Amino acid sequence: MTGSLTTILILLPIGGALFVWLFPLPRFWVGSFALLVSLVEVGFWIDALARFHFSRGLQMEQHVSWFKDLKVSYHVGFYGFSLWLAGLTVVVMACAIGYAFWAGRERPRAYYGLMLLLTGAVVGVFAAQDLLLFYAFWEGMLIPLYVLVGVWGGAGRLGATVKFVIYTMAGSLLMLASIIVFGLSQGTFDLVESGTSGSIWIFLGFAAAFAVKAPLFPFHGWLPDAYRESSPEVAAVLSGVISKAAVYGFLRIAIPKFPGPTADVRTAILVLAAAGLVYGSLLAFRAPDFRGVVAYSSLSQLGLITLGLFAGNDLGFDGAVLQMVNHGLISAALFLLAGGILRRVSTDEFAFLGGMARGRPFLATVLMTTGIIALAVPGSSAFAGEFLILAGVFQRGWIWGVIGAVAIVLAAMYMLRLISAVLHRKKGGLVTDAALDLRPAELAVIVPLVACLLALSVWPAAVSGHSFAQNRATRDVATQFSPRAYSLTTTFMATGQGITPVPGNCKVQGSGANTLIICVNRVSP
Amino acid sequence: MISKPTIDWFALSPELILLTAAGIAMMLAVLVPKRAEKPLAAVVCAVGFLGAFIAAAILFGKSAHGHGVIADAIQRDRLGALAQIVVAGSGLLCVGVSYSGRGSWRHAGEYFALLASAGAGMIFLVSASNLMTLFLGLEWFSISLYILAAIDVDVVGSLEAGLKYLIVGSFGSAVLLFGSALVYGVTGKLGFADIAHEIATRGLGGDALLIGGLAMIITGLGFKASAAPFHMWTPDVYEGSPTAVTAFMSSATKVTALVLMLRVLVTAFPERSHLWTIAIAVLACASLAIGNLAALVQRRVKRMLAYSSISHAGFMLIAIAANNALGGRALLYYLVVYSAMAIGSFAVVAARERELGEAVTLDNLAGFGWERPFLGVAMWVFMLGFAGLPLTGGFVGKFYAFSAAYQRGWTWLVIVGVAATAVSLYYYLAVIRAMYMRPTEELQLAPSGGSPPREVLLSASVAVALTVTVVSFFAVQPLIDLARHAAAALPL
Repeated sequence: MTGSLTTILILLPIGGALFVWLFPLPRFWVGSFALLVSLVEVGFWIDALARFHFSRGLQMEQHVSWFKDLKVSYHVGFYGFSLWLAGLTVVVMACAIGYAFWAGRERPRAYYGLMLLLTGAVVGVFAAQDLLLFYAFWEGMLIPLYVLVGVWGGAGRLGATVKFVIYTMAGSLLMLASIIVFGLSQGTFDLVESGTSGSIWIFLGFAAAFAVKAPLFPFHGWLPDAYRESSPEVAAVLSGVISKAAVYGFLRIAIPKFPGPTADVRTAILVLAAAGLVYGSLLAFRAPDFRGVVAYSSLSQLGLITLGLFAGNDLGFDGAVLQMVNHGLISAALFLLAGGILRRVSTDEFAFLGGMARGRPFLATVLMTTGIIALAVPGSSAFAGEFLILAGVFQRGWIWGVIGAVAIVLAAMYMLRLISAVLHRKKGGLVTDAALDLRPAELAVIVPLVACLLALSVWPAAVSGHSFAQNRATRDVATQFSPRAYSLTTTFMATGQGITPVPGNCKVQGSGANTLIICVNRVSP
Repeated sequence: MISKPTIDWFALSPELILLTAAGIAMMLAVLVPKRAEKPLAAVVCAVGFLGAFIAAAILFGKSAHGHGVIADAIQRDRLGALAQIVVAGSGLLCVGVSYSGRGSWRHAGEYFALLASAGAGMIFLVSASNLMTLFLGLEWFSISLYILAAIDVDVVGSLEAGLKYLIVGSFGSAVLLFGSALVYGVTGKLGFADIAHEIATRGLGGDALLIGGLAMIITGLGFKASAAPFHMWTPDVYEGSPTAVTAFMSSATKVTALVLMLRVLVTAFPERSHLWTIAIAVLACASLAIGNLAALVQRRVKRMLAYSSISHAGFMLIAIAANNALGGRALLYYLVVYSAMAIGSFAVVAARERELGEAVTLDNLAGFGWERPFLGVAMWVFMLGFAGLPLTGGFVGKFYAFSAAYQRGWTWLVIVGVAATAVSLYYYLAVIRAMYMRPTEELQLAPSGGSPPREVLLSASVAVALTVTVVSFFAVQPLIDLARHAAAALPL
């Protein structure tokens, strides 16, 4: 019964998209219908949340064979953390659609259809428990995004889309090669049934796709253009949701399925993540415009989340999931605010902004609140997330903790710079008194995001304590999918007769009577 | 006293139906008034293809155990029947695409007669089981296509295309014939299975003439499949021929040539598989490289699609090179989806061409997606399908082809295929970019006057192609079952 809820969450927006495309509704009705679908989607997600048992692992499963000969199936379900990320998706998408409805978009049927399709695809990524299905949804995200940026974007959108698509597809196709090799060597494409692999190449194929999509330093070449050229709500989705799908890939596939390679490259990835964290913060501090700051802060926050994931312990995993949700909400709210400012001042360059707090209490309050949470002031949910990540990564080596702490200071610098450049200082050249405060409709789409953040600030453990079964990441990891679940056991086999080592799972050394097979075996809980 | 073989008329029924249709259409050109010639001939041709489609479907159902018929000259099995179904389906769609054309229809009866006859030749060829019927079928459909390519006699490009196709195609046929002669000379046998038997029992594997013959047969079929480096004719001929004919050539010819290639190589030369798999893999890599790189710089859409068809020949050759059961399945699945996408995309190009009255380029495609939403979305889906993105069968086809190569142990071929796919994205997305993303001021709309022409039959053909492309993504299992049954007819 509850399995169908997962499918509904995926198919409802896709069905809505088809409806919008096939039936010629008038402009106003298209927008309101899309908004309605996205709100119903949020409702279904709350229903799923209410029915979810956080003490258990994978649930709300549905399993239908897709093609038998290669053992590919439509297998969906939610873990605690994937449910939270799906929640982030539906909330941010609903706000983005609401914002677009208010702002008005040309060719509404195409636009809202694509936004709904995107919603379904992202939820699908978080729910997919089969590698090929995961890939299908993964690419399914790219197609609507490509058009959303390319058709409704700014002046330089064509260059931005080409860069975006070429970067991400190069990564994705490496992942496809990895999926084929991994799936065929395991004999199944099912993520739950398949075991682990020790191949560094397959791991790197996956890691490339996730690192480009996130993006992690140094694969962020497409990021500034794509974020600046998109319309604000699409940028909100890109940085709030799509980047999380990429990091989720690390959490669900790259780390659990490749314990050996993860351990091998851990230091390298931690170095890159730390570099991205510091570099992104510095770029954000130097960025001349609102969206530039948010875009580069996104790069730095994703570096932080990656630090947490590759810390490889409870604290790191818990913190990373919490911070994913936090950052999704924060950057979505900030991009929508940037959109609001763009509508009023027609630019978001700091040189022309300033003094907007005066006479605009709502704008000042909302931007201030979001900014303060973003710079991880103690007591905020972002503080909780960053603290967990830093505590986790500190166990891996004190140096990572130090770098992370420095980055928090940098975050304070760029966020405070942004706040003061927009709200305070002298009145900017292009800011007129006619520029209104946030309208009720704008508040209606941004305040829910901020409210979620405030709620999480009150109770961050709602996410961090309810992401992995039994409330413990390691325990969950032990029953589901983490490096700790596997212990290296060495087995001597007298003769090689009848023994076929699982490819990727075992290494064979020597030959003949003294074959040594080293297997990474799963320890039953 | 020559003993006459018993003839399995049922196995020949698809060819015979189409030949009858061709004959009637040809008579119509003479007997009925000019005004009624085009509709009547089109209906006859369509009925012929439909009849062949149904006959091939029944044949598929009733040929679970493949066996040679008519003195083993042709093989009645599910592989042939499935290919016949695809060819007949492509032909039917092409009738729909050509009918709405507003060009000169001075030769309507001949046009549809030749279309039916080319279809009959292909249908005959895919079930060929000895070198004689192979060459006969190949020439049969090629000659029909040579004339079809040049049927727009008023257009210089069409004449040029016909002539080029004739010269290069004849060269390919000659090479194939020479190769067949060498193989026959070494083994003394014509039947594919007999050749394999002879090679195995007499240990002819290392014979230089045999290997030369094998190479020449691959070359000859490579010409028809437009695999690089035998692809030189493809861009010119595809561009010059009437677009509906191009659609038929790019789908049905490729199906025929590749199915036959699989059949010949697997049935007649299993002993030399370590040689020909490498040869085919090299052809695949060459096709992928040349097709994709050349397509990058094209501005004319038909030419771009021609290079894309070369690169798809490469993807399908990967499946053949795998030389395993999975590869057979992959090839047949891929062919079904590819034919639908090829016909659909050329049909959309034909629609735009008729609207503008000139060759379609990436520039004059601007705004097309917004003007004619259905055709625009269809083209979008076909391009995504060619690029192997999900929600289209193109993705599953590529996935199967790569899986087959991996199962063969050729991970490098998977990498080549993946890299080629990455390159191909650029030019496929360029079409989408041209259709949807140009700023309004860049649009150069042709002042065609009034609303665009309503082309019901063309739209219906595109709708069918679109349905096949999308449904094949969701209903993989039934389609792959068909492919599995068909591939089971071969000793893979």
